[in-house]
Amino acid sequence: MHRDHPVTFPGRHTHGAQAVRPDGRRRALRIGLGGPVGSGKTATVAALCRTLRDEVAIGVVTNDIYTREDADFLLRNAVLPAERITAVETGACPHTAIRDDISANLEAVEELEEAAGPLDLVLVESGGDNLTATFSHGLVDAQVFVIDVAGGDDIPRKGGPGVTTADLLVVNKTDLAPYVGSDLGLMARDAKAQRGGLPVVFTALTRPGGVGPVADWVRGRLAAWRTGGTQ
Amino acid sequence: MQQPSCPPPPSRPAAAAALLVLADGRFPAGGHAHSGGAEAAVRAGRITGPDSLEDFCRGRLHTAGLVAAALAAAACAGLDPVELDAAADVRTPSPALRATARRLGRQLMRAARAVWPAPELAALAAARPRGAHQPVVLGAAARAAGLTPHDAALAAGYETVSGPATAVVRLLGLDPFRATAVLARLGGELDEVAGRAVAAAGRAATGGTGELPAASAPLLEITAEAHAAWPTRLFAS
Repeated sequence: MHRDHPVTFPGRHTHGAQAVRPDGRRRALRIGLGGPVGSGKTATVAALCRTLRDEVAIGVVTNDIYTREDADFLLRNAVLPAERITAVETGACPHTAIRDDISANLEAVEELEEAAGPLDLVLVESGGDNLTATFSHGLVDAQVFVIDVAGGDDIPRKGGPGVTTADLLVVNKTDLAPYVGSDLGLMARDAKAQRGGLPVVFTALTRPGGVGPVADWVRGRLAAWRTGGTQ
Repeated sequence: MQQPSCPPPPSRPAAAAALLVLADGRFPAGGHAHSGGAEAAVRAGRITGPDSLEDFCRGRLHTAGLVAAALAAAACAGLDPVELDAAADVRTPSPALRATARRLGRQLMRAARAVWPAPELAALAAARPRGAHQPVVLGAAARAAGLTPHDAALAAGYETVSGPATAVVRLLGLDPFRATAVLARLGGELDEVAGRAVAAAGRAATGGTGELPAASAPLLEITAEAHAAWPTRLFAS
């Protein structure tokens, strides 16, 4: 019985994760950004766009929970042309839209690539969620989990799928650590214990160049993607 | 134009259980982000609890639900889906609802092609790259899964009430047991609507898409237009 296309991309999880577009071109690298409400996901996306937009063609998909707040923030700050930013509505379930039923996000990513492409990088920003929020491998190639020091320095110890399995853990707002009594050394040790060899970076996005460590990590992913890998 | 007779479905194993897969609320086709008009009805104070939810769902089932079920049954029976898509368009006055139906149709097509690959699905996707109306795609998916037109009608009709019911659980914090009991109480009427839908699809096979029902719920159409313009909302429709 005909079950699938005769040639399947090795390691793909769904049709949406195929690395080659129908026209034969390699599609944009897709990176998801998740994390709790207020940790700095949108600020990270904005800073990444400002830092990388002269190097690569970037598109952004936001997943606002009940407004267009995040998409509008990015538009207001003019980090990208308006046609490079689109918003998905998630029906009060942000984690469903990035993990369990990724159809709307896949549509949005593909429409961006068709309308504004070719793109090198698409950033998919999740709605603010909890520590269990992770992206489907059918939607993104790699994911970043953004937490902040003001949310409590016990978050890395608590773990959960976001902290434990994300390809990059970002601990943001390090400039606030003295004011909220968070121990950055403790956070770093706990994160290492939870994540093994997976990378962790500490950022203070309000400072000049604060997004640098994240941008460097994205550059590494892009280089690997261009040469055919996903790691 | 209408095909003079419907081709038999491609041969495949009998697949009654496929109905459970297709009608599962967790089927990844984007429905979770839509309320079927319930969000606008909640905001307007027309849905406030289980009784008014039941009234809302009953109205939707016998209007939008009947039309969707008939379109799905006809597509599952093998009527030309492009013709059916045009029939769906003229039965959907609200531009916002047409856009929603096509978007959800495209999302369902993506899932269906991955789950039940079939040349007919690929052909419909190519003919309507921006998406065919969701009930038409649902019928085509049911056909690809080896289901019957009655199965397709049941699935389409059920969706028109299960979507609002689960949305109202999120919108009002309604007791989920009572919301689900509403769906159970509507079961007999859903069976009846599916029967009418299949009969209409049968007539359409010889008489054309004009035989399909054209019931409408004007308030759903009007509030869908208003809802689409809200700056703040939980559901996409």
